Amino acid sequence: MALLLSKNYFSFQIKRCFQRQQFSGVYTWYGIEWKCGKRILRNVLSVLVGASATCGAFLYFLDRSVQAMGHIAHLPSYPWDFEGYLTSLDHSAVRRGWQVYRTICHTCHSLRYVRFMDLIDVSHTKDEVKAIAAEYEIQDGPDEEGNYYMRPGRLSDLLPPPFPNEEAARAANFGAYPPDLTYIIFTRRNGRNYIFSLLTGWTEPPAGISLSDQQYFNIYFPGNIISMAQMLVGGVVEYDDGTPSTTSQMAKDIVAFLSWTSSQEFDERKRMFIKGMGISVILLASIAYCKRFVWSHLRSGQIMYVPKEKY
Amino acid sequence: MLNTIARFLYHYVFKRSSTFTLGAVISAMYFERAYDDACEYIFETMNKGRLWKDIKHRYEK
Repeated sequence: MALLLSKNYFSFQIKRCFQRQQFSGVYTWYGIEWKCGKRILRNVLSVLVGASATCGAFLYFLDRSVQAMGHIAHLPSYPWDFEGYLTSLDHSAVRRGWQVYRTICHTCHSLRYVRFMDLIDVSHTKDEVKAIAAEYEIQDGPDEEGNYYMRPGRLSDLLPPPFPNEEAARAANFGAYPPDLTYIIFTRRNGRNYIFSLLTGWTEPPAGISLSDQQYFNIYFPGNIISMAQMLVGGVVEYDDGTPSTTSQMAKDIVAFLSWTSSQEFDERKRMFIKGMGISVILLASIAYCKRFVWSHLRSGQIMYVPKEKY
Repeated sequence: MLNTIARFLYHYVFKRSSTFTLGAVISAMYFERAYDDACEYIFETMNKGRLWKDIKHRYEK
């Protein structure tokens, strides 16, 4: 015989039931299984937490010791203002970064996955982007006679790379291949800090290291010897918003620009984060209410089993 | 007052499946608009001065 009793009915009996449950032949799950389950849950949880903490600490110290053995300088963590949960890119910095790329980086580095029209309403107006695109010569064709020809760029064109292929790039740069910059933030570990440190990290080589004419010493480059000279020297770029172009300012702006090229949905992602979190809060509240509502009769009830003693 | 609104809603919206469905669709539409506007407002307040719409007046003729 199974009974579903309300708590009001049950509460004055409950203590007696506990005491008599061994010999009275009345079995309830109240206080028995729950206590047991609680104990098991607590043990399992403590074992899990202990094991994961031990493994985590072990891996952390192992990794640290391996890192400490390496010859790569540790990167500082810079407080990027757009890395917050809700903060967007600073679009004036993106605009300045485009200027830095156009003036300096573009002589060697391609940006081949970006289209001109991507810049519209991100850092430039449509007319400005049209003017920028028209400055480039783009190979097109074939025409009616089967020849390829050059024409000024249009909004829908990809940014033309400075070299037609990797071999040409290597030949022009003494064997070193300037990587494509579109996704460079993601292709390097700790990308933003790495790019910023690299761009500000050229020094005189320490004693004992001799460099050839085309080699330069950079403390943050793996192996320290890099074929790229320090290009971001203060005052190289004339910003159109009047910001003084120091080396670190240009490095910061180019990092903001490359963050945009590597994830053009950056701002949209922050917007979606706000929306998603808001919806999740609403859903969580309603689900919690529904759950309490549906389960309330079970919370206030008690299932009791009384076996028949006589047949 | 609240009682009147609840009674009105029940009689004209919730009672029949057809009106209930219609009410769900219409309220979803308005909720989404209001919600999007609210989220956009939060985003723009958090990022005042950093977005393209804040700097574009400098470059438009």
